[in-house]
Amino acid sequence: MSLPPLPESAIEIGVGAKDWRAAVALSGEALARSGAAHPGYAHEMIRMIEDHGPYVVIAPGLALAHARPGPQVIANGLSIVTLKEPVRFGHAHNDPVRVVLGLAITEAGAHLAAVAAVANIFNDSSAIDQLAAATTPAEVQRIMGVTPE
Amino acid sequence: MKIVTICGAGIGSSGVLKINAERALKALDLEATVVAADVSTVRTVAADAQIILTSQEFVEAIGKTNADVIVIVNLFDTSELAQKLEDALG
Repeated sequence: MSLPPLPESAIEIGVGAKDWRAAVALSGEALARSGAAHPGYAHEMIRMIEDHGPYVVIAPGLALAHARPGPQVIANGLSIVTLKEPVRFGHAHNDPVRVVLGLAITEAGAHLAAVAAVANIFNDSSAIDQLAAATTPAEVQRIMGVTPE
Repeated sequence: MKIVTICGAGIGSSGVLKINAERALKALDLEATVVAADVSTVRTVAADAQIILTSQEFVEAIGKTNADVIVIVNLFDTSELAQKLEDALG
């Protein structure tokens, strides 16, 4: 199973975010730009963290921003936002975050195949450093194993 | 053996935990069913589970359970998962 779409419009490199909310909002805006989600999805992603804490920081330097499938999701999709300055989410071990991976999924039943493809990339522990250091969207796509359109 | 992975939405991080737990179990040559679920359903889904894998944030909400609750820090690190699973099962 392949990775959810990660078009260039869903990638933003070296942006400034004043806090974790701003970082997650940028990742939601990227999903909206690529057509994977409505703008309101960003708010749902932020609310997941407000409700449950910073568990979305699933590896050192990486946040997996996502919410549940629902009306705010248009299509399966990924976004990647790399931050100019790392941002703290309040995670005990994996802060600060340098890369925010946004995920929109249309149905819960299908998410495991998408997540397995994501895991294939990040089981290589150097992937997060490589993404944080990338200077172009094409480079991000290459690290993620995506062929540019 | 049944293992349940828990996160807030039941997709995303619990899915990552499921995939990587299955990879760690394979490396350990162990058989188990791994189910991803969200924290609101933990009582039903994990009623017959031996192990719950989760992030620190959900330990309190999971509460009292007969399963071993194992906290994973780096969800992509299959060696951390393998080590903690081996400790729990050994």
